[in-house]
Amino acid sequence: MSNPWPNHSPSPVAELAVPSPDDPVLADAAAGWRSAYVHIPFCRRRCPYCDFAVVAGDEWARRSDDPTDRYVDAVVGEIAMEEPWGPLDAVNLGGGTPTALSADQLGRVLDAVAERFGIAPGAEVSIEANPEDWDQNAWADLVAIGFTRVSLGVQSFDPVVLAALGRSHHPKMAAAAVAGARRVGLGSVSLDLIYGSEAETPASWAATVATALRLDPDHLSGYALTVERGTELSRRVGAGLAAAPDPDHQADAYELLLAAATAAGLVHYEVSNFATPGHPCRYNMATWAQGEYLGFGLGAHGHGSGVRTRNLRRLDAYLDAVEQGRRPRAGAETQPAWGREQERLILGLRRRAGVVAGAIGDTLERSHKGRRLTAAGVLARHHDRLVVARPLLTDEVSRAVLSLSADDC
Amino acid sequence: MTDLARIRNFCIIAHIDHGKSTLADRFLQLTGAVAERDMRHQLLDTMDLERERGITIKANAVRLDYTATNGARYALNLIDTPGHVDFSYEVSRSLAAAEGAILVVDATQGIEAQTLANAYLAIENGLDIIPVVNKIDLPAAEPDQVADQIVGVIGGSGDDVLRVSAKTGAGVPELLEAIVARLPAPTADVTGPLRALVFDSYYDPYRGVVCHVRVVDGTLARGDQILYMATAETATADEVGTLTPSPSPGGRLGAGEVGYVISGIKEIDLIRVGDTITHAGRGAVTALAGYREPKPMVFSGLFPTEGDDFERLREALEKLRLNDSALVYQAETSRALGFGFRCGFLGLLHMEIVRERLEREYDLDLVATAPSVEYRANLTEGSVLDVRSPQDLPDPVRLTSVSEPMVRVMILTPTEFVGTVMELVRLRRGEMGDMTYLGPERVELHYRIPLAEVVFDFFDQLKSRTRGYASLDYEPSGYQEADLVKVEILLNGTPVDAFSTIVHRSRAFNYGRAMVDRLRQLIPRQLFDIPVQAAIGPRVIARETIKAKRKDVIAKCYGGDITRKRKLLEKQKAGKRRMKMVGNVEVPQEAFISALRIDE
Repeated sequence: MSNPWPNHSPSPVAELAVPSPDDPVLADAAAGWRSAYVHIPFCRRRCPYCDFAVVAGDEWARRSDDPTDRYVDAVVGEIAMEEPWGPLDAVNLGGGTPTALSADQLGRVLDAVAERFGIAPGAEVSIEANPEDWDQNAWADLVAIGFTRVSLGVQSFDPVVLAALGRSHHPKMAAAAVAGARRVGLGSVSLDLIYGSEAETPASWAATVATALRLDPDHLSGYALTVERGTELSRRVGAGLAAAPDPDHQADAYELLLAAATAAGLVHYEVSNFATPGHPCRYNMATWAQGEYLGFGLGAHGHGSGVRTRNLRRLDAYLDAVEQGRRPRAGAETQPAWGREQERLILGLRRRAGVVAGAIGDTLERSHKGRRLTAAGVLARHHDRLVVARPLLTDEVSRAVLSLSADDC
Repeated sequence: MTDLARIRNFCIIAHIDHGKSTLADRFLQLTGAVAERDMRHQLLDTMDLERERGITIKANAVRLDYTATNGARYALNLIDTPGHVDFSYEVSRSLAAAEGAILVVDATQGIEAQTLANAYLAIENGLDIIPVVNKIDLPAAEPDQVADQIVGVIGGSGDDVLRVSAKTGAGVPELLEAIVARLPAPTADVTGPLRALVFDSYYDPYRGVVCHVRVVDGTLARGDQILYMATAETATADEVGTLTPSPSPGGRLGAGEVGYVISGIKEIDLIRVGDTITHAGRGAVTALAGYREPKPMVFSGLFPTEGDDFERLREALEKLRLNDSALVYQAETSRALGFGFRCGFLGLLHMEIVRERLEREYDLDLVATAPSVEYRANLTEGSVLDVRSPQDLPDPVRLTSVSEPMVRVMILTPTEFVGTVMELVRLRRGEMGDMTYLGPERVELHYRIPLAEVVFDFFDQLKSRTRGYASLDYEPSGYQEADLVKVEILLNGTPVDAFSTIVHRSRAFNYGRAMVDRLRQLIPRQLFDIPVQAAIGPRVIARETIKAKRKDVIAKCYGGDITRKRKLLEKQKAGKRRMKMVGNVEVPQEAFISALRIDE
């Protein structure tokens, strides 16, 4: 087996084994990884809670021409506009629904990435998919064109909850998809779950977690349902047709997940993420380590040299820009040094490995808010690192970091 | 200067909405004091707040030059008066500056308690009354019935009552004639030493203090060296004139005249409304009688939201006090709220108006503590302590008793509501006094009630129980011992002085329960459980717990979310800035304001 961590200098202890997903050395090494994200916006329909850049089925169908070929051309064109940088340690195709594209189309995207930047040996090449997409031949093709990992949007194993979330698959399809993914040779399988919807009961959530763990995933993400502005869910809550998620119920659900996943041998390594050794999501690890990444496609974000960029979110605007030879940028934000330090802490503290405190972390600990957080058992120090010991209260710490001033250091 | 015989000084007594301001506007129009195009509705109500609330807060004065049907020109000085029960002292000042009063009663509403009280006050002060039934143009008007009612109260004959519509102008020319014919000219010692009554004042940022005066004896002229008798301050009268209604600096005011004087005084405490102005060196020996220091009835702490604004609040209060002799204040420190002022007000409306003016005109953000009356604590060592703030009430072991201020209340109500009014008064610990029928449909009820029970929401309760028909007036009536206790509110074990209050023991539980429930809803969950308790001394009478916050984290944070997540956190952080620390509990500013809101 080739070294899965090409840019990681292993710690003496980790030399003999694959490091645990919450290993601080691994967490910090992720800052040096190179990754790329490609957004594939097409979906059969938009889920009521989703606020991503999505071209949903009805809009898609209304168009006289199938826009997917044109879109793939544009993404390939956008990739060609980027400076050479690489080889990449992680490539992630997200959406939308990336599997809405054919294997040919996906292959063209991956080829363009590989040709422009190179893909490191053993790199994580991940794709998001829905359980109902499972298809023996199509998924075998995913492996053939280079994907090593699949992230399945399972969300729940309760049909009532799935219906409330606007998902169209049956729970049984998820189990079939996991088994199928392993059979075709996708080396890393991740499941996404969502908790805290109105339709969910404590029992149905417990059953969902148990079912997910029985499938023995390499990686598990559990997200609290969030009411995002502009979504159908937000309109329903605003109109009193749906209840806003109850934070206490979500806390219960979170604690249940944490206990069950840990007992099943998964390592909690970020607020909402669990993995077995060797399987933390590298693309995300790089993000939390404030690493640099490229973003291609509709509404995609990138980060390089202290500049955060974002792409156009409207399909026509995106296509027109690339076809006219322009970068499809909607905006860019350059961060001052202090803002970067605040961000380093805020991102890093989401990880169980925590973050190297540095001057800003020392200041946080000394501050009034920092002392309150320490007293409440939220913030803790481990040698040179700061750790959030109660991850459900991470944003209390984040706001304390934002209220620090550079002059305090 | 105007011949005494050609002067009429009068005020208008009316209930809110009975048309006083409209009538004043009509006078201005008919006498040509204001050009048609400058006519604004309710011209005399100069403050925005008055215009918005549709009530007159400050007494104001205007001179009308009127040519009567007999061909002679008269100076009619209209002294405007406020119309709310809180401002009865200002009414008394207006009355003291006039020889006559127009009693205005709405033809659709009939006479109200407070109008009646002011009419009695005017009669006691020797003023001649011209009764007027207004709004005769309205379909629901019952002018004859209302005229009978007025006659029943002030005497005279129904023929003396004028029928007017201030809105259409009908009957207003006849009213102007009646002012000349039926009200007396002032009597004065024209050549004697100067005595001028300061019945109003306001602060002009460019000119200093502007006093509205009624010259009682002698003459006041520009350049005179004048003495403010109560404060013993001397100054030069830089400008003397009349208000028509804009200032018209004629240079002189003779005996009997009403106008203004500016003496360059900028030190705001040097001029007391109610003071007598005389000439320095050759002045009068005795000041004019009849004025009393206004006595505040309701006390509340005002604290700036931002501690840095304390000095600005002090300056604003100093300026407001210039226009408002009834406002008193002294510095106060609260453990919960920091530095502020304990302020005394005439009543709740007065308190609200002062707070609104401070916030609006001086751009201050304020927290007001629960209003209180002035209690008397009788101490075991024999002395008596005035208690204007619950903080000042000594420990029960040092007390032999506590007394509270009482008021005599007069309520006028249609007879059908007598039962519900009696019930309300009983709930408020009132003792029944006389009951007088003013005809078959209206009854006058007298009670003695603790002031604390009246000042808070009694008026609103009375209005709602009588569908708005009852009216109310009250006057102080000494002190009476009562079973009063201090209810403290504790957050996480720390007493929050801003929420403490003194109440009758029978009310303590309700207050404590309501406050604890409200605070549980208003204070956001924090990192630990927060007990919220109401207690009398060591005994807890109500308790709630604000459960510790369990979840405060954005679930998803990936490459695309970072900028947005940061913005969201920044926004949440900004919302947290307006927090006050009480012990180790963060209390939003809003909680102080909402928890102490009286109307809930």
